[in-house]
Amino acid sequence: MQVELTVNGEQRSDDVEPRLLLVHYLREVCGLRAANIGCDTTSCGACTVLLNGESVKSCTVLAAQATGQDVVTAEGLAPAGELHPVQAAFRAEHGLQCGFCTPGMVMAAVSLLKENPSPTEEQVREGLEGNLCRCTGYHNIVRAVLAASGQAEVTA
Amino acid sequence: MSILGTRVLRTEDPRFLTTGGVYTEDLTDDALDGACHVFFVRSPIAHARIGRVDLSAALAAPGVIAAFAGADLADLPSIEPMMAGMLNAKMTRRLLALDKVRFVGDPVAVVVTEHPYQGEDAVELVDVDYEPLPAVVDFDGALSNETILFEDAGTNVAVEFGNAASLKPELFDGCEVVVSHTFANQRVAPAPMESRAAAAVWGEDGRLTSWIPNQGAQSARDDLAKMLGIEASQVRMITPDVGGAFGAKFGADPEHAVVAWVSRQLGRPARWTETRFENLISMTHGRGQRHTITIGGSRDGDVLGYRLEIIQDGGAYPRIGAVLPFLTIMMATGPYLIPNAEAIGTSIVTTTTPVGAYRGAGRPEATAALERAMDLFAAEIGMDPADVRRRNLLPPFSEPHQTAFGALYDSGDYAAALDKALEAAGYAELRAEQARRRVSGDTVQFGIGVSCYVEITGGGDEAGAPQENATVEVHPDGTATILTGTSPHGQGHSTAWAMIASEELGIPVENFTVKWGDTDLIPVGGGTGGSRSLQQGGAAVQQASKELIELARERAAAALEASASDLQFDPGRSAFAVAGDPDASVRLADLATDERLFVHSIFTAPGATFPFGTHVAVAEVDTETGKAVLRRVITVDDAGRVLNPLLAEGQRHGGIAQGAAQALLEEVVYDADGNPLTASFADYPIVSATELPSFELASMETPTSYNPLGVKGIGEAGTIGATPAVQSAIIDAVAHLGVRHVEMPATPMRIWRALQEASAQGTESESA
Repeated sequence: MQVELTVNGEQRSDDVEPRLLLVHYLREVCGLRAANIGCDTTSCGACTVLLNGESVKSCTVLAAQATGQDVVTAEGLAPAGELHPVQAAFRAEHGLQCGFCTPGMVMAAVSLLKENPSPTEEQVREGLEGNLCRCTGYHNIVRAVLAASGQAEVTA
Repeated sequence: MSILGTRVLRTEDPRFLTTGGVYTEDLTDDALDGACHVFFVRSPIAHARIGRVDLSAALAAPGVIAAFAGADLADLPSIEPMMAGMLNAKMTRRLLALDKVRFVGDPVAVVVTEHPYQGEDAVELVDVDYEPLPAVVDFDGALSNETILFEDAGTNVAVEFGNAASLKPELFDGCEVVVSHTFANQRVAPAPMESRAAAAVWGEDGRLTSWIPNQGAQSARDDLAKMLGIEASQVRMITPDVGGAFGAKFGADPEHAVVAWVSRQLGRPARWTETRFENLISMTHGRGQRHTITIGGSRDGDVLGYRLEIIQDGGAYPRIGAVLPFLTIMMATGPYLIPNAEAIGTSIVTTTTPVGAYRGAGRPEATAALERAMDLFAAEIGMDPADVRRRNLLPPFSEPHQTAFGALYDSGDYAAALDKALEAAGYAELRAEQARRRVSGDTVQFGIGVSCYVEITGGGDEAGAPQENATVEVHPDGTATILTGTSPHGQGHSTAWAMIASEELGIPVENFTVKWGDTDLIPVGGGTGGSRSLQQGGAAVQQASKELIELARERAAAALEASASDLQFDPGRSAFAVAGDPDASVRLADLATDERLFVHSIFTAPGATFPFGTHVAVAEVDTETGKAVLRRVITVDDAGRVLNPLLAEGQRHGGIAQGAAQALLEEVVYDADGNPLTASFADYPIVSATELPSFELASMETPTSYNPLGVKGIGEAGTIGATPAVQSAIIDAVAHLGVRHVEMPATPMRIWRALQEASAQGTESESA
């Protein structure tokens, strides 16, 4: 079947299997491999992308369902060679280690800050509950999101 | 100003944040064009004889290229248990199970397809006849030898470290108080966010190129060659970006070898990516010990005797997990001076997923047992647990201290770490808050846990003293390359190794390229594990850099027509100058123009180092629901000199989270038939952001003399200190209600039951 959608600002039209997941479409058809697959149960969030500006887990969306919509991945957040403010905050606060959860975590954070530009630490933690990280203990991820929101750091 | 000790941001990050890392599944190497996809058929039964394996329906399915069962690989060697001579040699494994399956997840066949979706469909069509045998899932069941996993071995015991006959009955003579308890250090899943994967292709020269996520390409290469029955020189192992490992990606696993075998068999590249379900049932698990502790001493708080008896669940096929009691025993008395102590261990096999290394690997178990014992002793004599600890800690030492269990602690000031942590936590105020809460009868009670630890990092192996190699090369354009035998997967070696070399060479950090994980480029290396990388790999980079300066000095002397001894190297300009004549100078990079300028160097350490610290945890427990909430974690982790606080703190954060998760939430669970009940992230309660607080880190740096950097390992401190502190805080919150112990993980159910039992006992003793 044919899907027509915008990916990182580029209008695309591709012939895909009806059962193709959005994450596989992005990775295999579009060659955008920042979004990762970390589980089978929509638990980990490593595949998080923005669909019409809202974060979705792209392992739980069919490519077909994205027809007519606007998808943004970590590759498309900022112009090539630049970092989006949330990406820059993740670097400044050492909010990533192995990097596997990172693209999904960044997209979830972008979406969270769009909905709530000045979250408390608790709200950040609740907002990122669906995105798992095994390396950072979440400490520096939380700091990165708070820093990206322009708020003073809450912990030393 | 020295760059060492400063918070240099990671040079790795921009790539990970934008286009993402290139993990094994992301590889687009030309050599992998047209790769087929391998899918494993795994046993759904814990223990069974394998009858007929019918591949015909799978072979007829769309896109299926081939399918193989254990018999097809029967001419490959059996996998011997590691550490030949230590573990029972009869407990061997096949790449694909041949006669028996021994855990749910044991691979019995593979299906190979053109497209991954076809493989997911086709594995369902493989029909295997199983003749079920009784499952062996618990310690006592395995020890009874009623059902034996390996008939040829005649026992389920893989190895014994001492035995009950060696225990001294008089160990606790003279003790006024003796307390004993048996508890679990439960099995947990390492669960790196990236599951296992593999890609393989054979060249026309008959050599295998293999890409697998691992913690050291060299040992992964050696493992793979052994499983395939070929020479290590026939394998080129390449390590792509690795999405976390935590000990579980050291070496190569049977699945990696099967993928390589399939590739050779079919004459085309082959790939495999594990699903999370597969990962949780077939990647090695961690921990899995049962402890019986006995502790005795005087009523005024001197601990005089300690005994630790360990049973280690090695899982179905004994691997590194079965060896871990060795490390647990070595660290049995931790930071304390205990006059009489003994420890023994027995490793068994069960019909469950094999147990391997998981962040800390043997040392968290030692600390958890000992700290639980200290708490039980403190409770018995009615003394503050922090006071009991302080009273029994080893005094500060700067000359190595030999323990009764063969560990040689390099340097330490354990009481200073304890006091610093208590001060940072505001311990007196925490106890006051606890007292207020208890008096008020609030349904939410308040507990404080204190855990002191010392651990071993960067130990050598049977091959000898700990060492690592590095190559540093300066290029004419002012850039430089470092080759390292370590293997980062989140630790930030690209940044840290560049900092160390930059300090010596005066070349900016961003001008360095750090390479690892290609055995044709770097044939020798110890990889990253056991918190060894900085103290050996980093030290090797420093040593190579210093030697490079001396090599360059000779060239500079020739270029400047001066005596080498008259030349000074100015890192600020990355140039040599003649003393007293700064205009007569030559840049380091210019000395690489005519001839390559590089040094390969091997750093050898005198021995392992022993970082130490204290963790304090604060928890609240709802006595009506049994729900525990972790409120604060305060830690002092002294791993010697800190070269990049940003990276060191990151290591501590991650370890604390995993350690806290073991106390609070995480556990791999099997039912009585050996069925895994925690085989997805929907069922395995991997810790999330909402279950943790921010962490409070206090700094303390006691340098070691074992390497010129003065550094010890920091990677595993978090899991070692945090687990017992958090468990202790939870128990402490309800101790006044009569609760003496709560097993890990301290789920609401367990806490609630402990409260009910304590309440019932309290009623009984009142009426008695």
